[in-house]
Amino acid sequence: MLKIKNLHASIEGTPILKGINLEVKPGEVHAIMGPNGSGKSTLASVLAGREEYEVTEGEVSFKGKDLLELSPEDRAREGVFLAFQYPVEIPGVSSTNFLRTAVNQVREYRGLEALDAVKFLSIMKEKMKLVEIDQKLLSRSLNEGFSGGEKKRNEIFQMAMLEPTLSILDETDSGLDIDALRIVSNGVNQLKSSENATIVVTHYQRLLDYIVPDFVHVLYNGKIVKSGTKELALELEEKGYDWIKEEADAASV
Amino acid sequence: MSKDNQILEELTSKDYEHGWSVDMEVDEAPTGLNENIIRWISAKKEEPQWLLDWRLKAFKTWLDMKEPEWANVTYPKIDLQGLKYYSAPKKSNKPKSLDEIDPELLQIYERLGISLNEQKKLQGIAVDAVLDSVSVGTTFKETLSKMGIVFCSFSEAVKEHPELVKKYLGSVVPMTDNYYAALNSAVFSDGSFCYIPAGVRCPMELSTYFRINAANTGQFERTLIVAEEGSYVSYLEGCTAPQRDENQLHAAVVEIYAAKNSEVKYSTVQNWFPGDKNGKGGIYNFVTKRGICAGDFSKISWTQVETGSAVTWKYPSCILKGDNSIGEFYSVAVTNNYQQADTGTKMIHIGKNTKSRIVSKGISAGKSQNSYRGQVQVMKRATNARNFSQCDSLLMGDRCGAHTFPYIDIQNSSAKVEHEATTSKIGEDQLFYCNQRGIATEDAVALIVNGYAKEVLNQLPMEFAVEAQKLLALTLEGSVG
Repeated sequence: MLKIKNLHASIEGTPILKGINLEVKPGEVHAIMGPNGSGKSTLASVLAGREEYEVTEGEVSFKGKDLLELSPEDRAREGVFLAFQYPVEIPGVSSTNFLRTAVNQVREYRGLEALDAVKFLSIMKEKMKLVEIDQKLLSRSLNEGFSGGEKKRNEIFQMAMLEPTLSILDETDSGLDIDALRIVSNGVNQLKSSENATIVVTHYQRLLDYIVPDFVHVLYNGKIVKSGTKELALELEEKGYDWIKEEADAASV
Repeated sequence: MSKDNQILEELTSKDYEHGWSVDMEVDEAPTGLNENIIRWISAKKEEPQWLLDWRLKAFKTWLDMKEPEWANVTYPKIDLQGLKYYSAPKKSNKPKSLDEIDPELLQIYERLGISLNEQKKLQGIAVDAVLDSVSVGTTFKETLSKMGIVFCSFSEAVKEHPELVKKYLGSVVPMTDNYYAALNSAVFSDGSFCYIPAGVRCPMELSTYFRINAANTGQFERTLIVAEEGSYVSYLEGCTAPQRDENQLHAAVVEIYAAKNSEVKYSTVQNWFPGDKNGKGGIYNFVTKRGICAGDFSKISWTQVETGSAVTWKYPSCILKGDNSIGEFYSVAVTNNYQQADTGTKMIHIGKNTKSRIVSKGISAGKSQNSYRGQVQVMKRATNARNFSQCDSLLMGDRCGAHTFPYIDIQNSSAKVEHEATTSKIGEDQLFYCNQRGIATEDAVALIVNGYAKEVLNQLPMEFAVEAQKLLALTLEGSVG
């Protein structure tokens, strides 16, 4: 589904990603871990098409298409979803109105009819249960005055509504208490199928107790320096990142 | 240039949708401005002597006045002698009912999307349409007159209700008020008149549609609204103009008189031709709008959505004379390309327990300049006066400007005046967030701008709010950098 080959990216001339290789197949959950500043969030942003990042080398194909050629909105319409680490506030625009615009633009791209208000609301009601989100919250301005937990739940709710094939969760666990973490993870797990895939970007092993990965990759200094299964995450939790850094640094000398 | 900037360029250079004009035979005054022209206009309109005298007096006052230069706008001096001060479509003289109105005229309004016929039937809005200088037809007249409501062209009011016109004309905006108000008082050609008798709640929105069609004419319309004790009216004004290379002047005066316990809502959606993307042409919109809450517990509420004109100079104001009276001002002013707007309000608190609320949302794009200028004045006698002002500016791109000039003058220590101001830019973050959800950039901007202006748009009557939303989207779609 997703094939990343030798991906290099920089921001304002500073290289951040220095040759990422990764393949994600339908039905898989990949966790990307790594110390601060290793390039985790950059990878998520580059995949979603954020403009500040310049791809200097490498290629990314998504369902056979050249992902890097597509505009951010077309990537979303093709099925790439990014759950933001810091969801953005849009004053005066209700979550409902925002999502209806989004859903219908995605549907139009996919050659589907726009949903009328009634149909949209009934689908919304059904998906709301997934993340235990309140309708009242959705009629408020998007993310404005939302608590950290509410913002993240809203992200997963949007994911449920947009039905992506590839979801990238960027530090979705940051700022969540244990209950919110459970709710958000439950939502993500229920949305999992053999057709779609998830990339979970996180610092901590904690989230991976709830969203169990098939593969764990450690990003350090812009490269994936180690890959393994969920046991690798546990090992990292126990030993920290230093041993990996040492290994990687030794190898690169 | 980033991609967003390119989209900004593309969308903000969109042509003016109403940029067409119809060749009609017109009855025009000779070019220039002097006493004879004023006599000519007055004679043409078969006005009584008192009105001619009033005009001449205004003209004399005007001759001694200087064009104001304090506004934050720049434009070449207007050659007032090069204008024509009266232009009327020949065929439309004195229509008695809609059926008698020239189909060509009706077509113009249909192209504007405000078919009188259609509105008459479908929308339940009474429309008085002013084309160039003459009011072409007032719908729903009969229905309204049964309730004692007068809604007609100004000329008609002069003939049929001279006592009302004489009593209120110039009572809120005196001819000496300012340069353009004096000019308007001297040469005003037509406009709308509205009178709501005591205790009557006007059952429909009253609407005037202005359009400048002929070249080189100034449009000087005059609107007078009188709400008697305990009455209510909601009044709408919409404006468009054809696209012309030369600048056209629009200097209107609107006066509102609100008696005890009455309420007047005045909404404007202004879409005059703003000039092309190089700043050529467009309307100069120098308008004096003022209402007086003369009676206790009266209320005047101004709502405006300003998207057009090359230069705007406009401060709809409230004089809160009656105790416990309320003044409100809700505004969205959008400037793009080379447009300049200096707009805001004045709230003059005279009575006790008077309250005012100002919500101003400026949106600047392109190379435009957008200024809010507001005055809150609390007089000695105005115990417990309250004011809340909120002035927000939204910038799009990095070549436009937003300015705020609040003036506060308090002479009573019990007053509570609050002023909040914010300036923001449509963020890359907001746009990327929308894009990531599959929303195209231009739709994202429309969404964000409408969200930003929501508080004001909510004040508009439903049909107008929808029109205003589309207008905002059209003017600004994607204008971000």
